Amino acid sequence: MPLTYVIVLAIGTFAFRIAGPLLRDRITLPDRAKELMSAAATVLLFALVATATLTSNRHFAGWALPIGVAVGGIVAWRKAPFVVVVVLAAITTAGLRLLGVE
Amino acid sequence: MLLRDVTAVALGAAVNGASFGAIAVGSGLPWWMPLVMSVLIFAGGAQFMAVGIVASGGSPMTAVLGGLILNSRHLPFGLAIGDVLGRSWLARIVGSHLMIDESVAFALNQKDPAKARAAYWACGVSLFVMWNAGVTAGALVGQAIGDPMAFGLDAAFPAALLALTLPALKDVKTRQAAGLGALIALATTPFLPPGLPILLALGGLVVYANKANKAQKEEKVAEPCP
Repeated sequence: MPLTYVIVLAIGTFAFRIAGPLLRDRITLPDRAKELMSAAATVLLFALVATATLTSNRHFAGWALPIGVAVGGIVAWRKAPFVVVVVLAAITTAGLRLLGVE
Repeated sequence: MLLRDVTAVALGAAVNGASFGAIAVGSGLPWWMPLVMSVLIFAGGAQFMAVGIVASGGSPMTAVLGGLILNSRHLPFGLAIGDVLGRSWLARIVGSHLMIDESVAFALNQKDPAKARAAYWACGVSLFVMWNAGVTAGALVGQAIGDPMAFGLDAAFPAALLALTLPALKDVKTRQAAGLGALIALATTPFLPPGLPILLALGGLVVYANKANKAQKEEKVAEPCP
């Protein structure tokens, strides 16, 4: 990965990042549009959760990963502290792998 | 409370960063290259992908394009939470660089604008520090780190994001849009380059827009004639 390409990727990524805050400055969005933008961010994050949970290199990720995330999700829904959610998800997945579950 | 939550995510990022540093050096890059990438790009997914593409014989140009597709989701992120960064130019420039999945999720999770700003900056700054510290450690210590999959770290990231998005999913419209979006992303993942399925998930907003229109129409019907 030559340095020039790293810099191009860095500049492109920064352009995507700053475009949103700058655009919001130029145009005043109606409340309905603001609501839609928040929903869009949630949709993107949830799609990340779904793909990072169920797929790995474009294939099914195996059972250990989704079961771990599901355990985390259930305790989060049950209002467990955030730290517990993250640690329990990792421990469950690691434990299942230790037991030979892929 | 916030600090504890942020620390949990930041520690995970440090270990993930260490594995990135180790993998990058293992693929033949000099020790400082993964650190330069992490400081300048600061997007874990794109960094892993770029190094992976080049290591498996792909061209650096392909790696750049793949990384840009993956990172294009930051545009809608910025539209959603652009007000959180602050007004000054410095806050906008630095704040934009700290825009990552986790900091966006932390900000969206807070209703009060002041708390959202605190959450965004606390998460962005600590992850920047911990991610880069991890990458440096990994690049120097190299392969001694071991496989992060064995620690179940690949489950920590989606679980953290899921916990942060749960409150927003209480809203029926948002939940339907997110559900449909996730289905679209999962269905297209086997066929498309990484990142594109995530963007296509925005198609789930169709549900949201339809519902909003319907609600608007019902409002109009309910209104008495002037």
